[in-house]
Amino acid sequence: MSRVLATAAAEFRIALRNRWVAIVIAMMTLFSLVLSAAGSAPTGDLGVDRLSVTVASLTSLGVYLVPLVALLMSFDAIAGEVERGTLPLVLTYPVSRGELLAGKFAAHLGILALATGVGYGAASVAAFAVDAHAAQGLPALLRLFWTSLLLGATFLGVGYAISAWARRPGAAAGLAIGLWLVLIVLYDLGLLAGVVSGGDGVFTTRVFPWLLLANPADAFRLYNLAASEAATAAAGVGGAAATIPALESLLSIAGWPVLAFLLARLAFQRVTP
Amino acid sequence: MQTLSCSQVTKTYEGVAALSGVSLALNPGERVALLGHNGAGKSTLMKIILGLIPATSGDVQVLGGAPGARAARDGTAYLPENAAFHPALTGLEQLRFYMRLRGADPKGAMALLERVDLAQAATRRIGTYSKGMRQRVGLAQALIGRPRLLVLDEPTSGLDPVSRREFYAILDELAAGGAAILLSSHVLTEVEARTDRIVILSRGRMVADDTLDALRRRASLPIQLQVRARPGQADLVARQLAGGRRNGVMVDLTCAADDKLARLGQIAALDRLVEDVEVIPPSLEDIYSHFSQGAGA
Repeated sequence: MSRVLATAAAEFRIALRNRWVAIVIAMMTLFSLVLSAAGSAPTGDLGVDRLSVTVASLTSLGVYLVPLVALLMSFDAIAGEVERGTLPLVLTYPVSRGELLAGKFAAHLGILALATGVGYGAASVAAFAVDAHAAQGLPALLRLFWTSLLLGATFLGVGYAISAWARRPGAAAGLAIGLWLVLIVLYDLGLLAGVVSGGDGVFTTRVFPWLLLANPADAFRLYNLAASEAATAAAGVGGAAATIPALESLLSIAGWPVLAFLLARLAFQRVTP
Repeated sequence: MQTLSCSQVTKTYEGVAALSGVSLALNPGERVALLGHNGAGKSTLMKIILGLIPATSGDVQVLGGAPGARAARDGTAYLPENAAFHPALTGLEQLRFYMRLRGADPKGAMALLERVDLAQAATRRIGTYSKGMRQRVGLAQALIGRPRLLVLDEPTSGLDPVSRREFYAILDELAAGGAAILLSSHVLTEVEARTDRIVILSRGRMVADDTLDALRRRASLPIQLQVRARPGQADLVARQLAGGRRNGVMVDLTCAADDKLARLGQIAALDRLVEDVEVIPPSLEDIYSHFSQGAGA
């Protein structure tokens, strides 16, 4: 455990020095504030408090931004060490690859928690400032916070796996961006196309819900929207939320981080220094 | 118990042998130099000993266990060729990190940096260090927690002569304390006085494993005798000794080590013609190339 903490402390310090911590916090805060300002216009007649509306907006932000930030922090984790030549030495120390990976994971997840905490916090302060009943939305905000961390954890693990597999930071960066595009953007487009062309057939009723659950980002969106009072305030894929129980999407977002970390561990094992 | 023993270690990369049948043992307190050209297999052998890569066949025992096992890693320190560290950390932070990984008290980090003469730069980022300074960070981390086996890959590259002397003084201390040291080097004159045994690898095969004196005897390379004749006598001396004439006064002779005294006697007998004589034993480079070019196999 002390070795995991030592690795985490060193990684956090490196991220601080490289301005990664500042950049990630600034990015989350900026986007959160912009979204909560943009989302504040058409709400009054929905009958929900301002914070719940903000949470709905932040959910759609989180789906894009949290995986992106997690991948940006993780793609260099192993490939960078390979390129700098620091990996062989550290692997001769009495520390396992799992411990090294867990240390990096803890540091990066901590940074992500800090950034989402500050970002979402700023947006909710803005909500409280204009709506006295905003406290009703607090459970939704908390749920958004910890599910964002689970989503981030998934993409950190996937990022490490890519980093170990690619061996080169440049290739790892390209793969990470490609994966983000496919899982976050193209996946939904593909599903929508399937639903549109399939009508009420087998695809829409049987396959589609499982495909939504299989994607951690979609599961994250489903869970937050299904559990939230503000489901009606969201559009698009959110409409499908009604048909899938919250428990199943919760299982998906909680199971993915474990799976992703195992994947990263396997990929790291195959790296020969 | 032997600190390290390798027997019949072979490593092949896609059918190409990087090491073939290397057997080597290190006892506590022994300092062994590993010599060989680039690509002779020095780094490969070291990586196998450290458990970073598996051997294709053969048996390796490090501190009584398999290479890379926890007990072996606990007692082994490694200094990679061109030691690299994260440029954003300071020397002190980097060393503290390594100490915590080894389960040593990080409070001792400053003392270690003082020992390698890096105390003034301790709080500067490693990104600003010179190659020699990075090498000293590497040495400092290899000293953490009294290792029982040190594996040092070209440890003195990038160090100035004074630092080299200090470096070998530290190694002597460690060896005196019972640590076994395996180090690779290109600089032969440097390992001559500082190691107990010399192992030479050539194209993945071990062609020598002995003390320098024994290697010198085994190679039995000819000794050079340079005779300085009195003015005008060089031709006469060359004829009498059946040697080659280099210039107006010098006569070059070569002879086997066993014939040296007899030859010197002949020269002494010409004392009215000869001013001086110089005996030049085969250099380390000569011995090294004799073995590494396969003549010793």
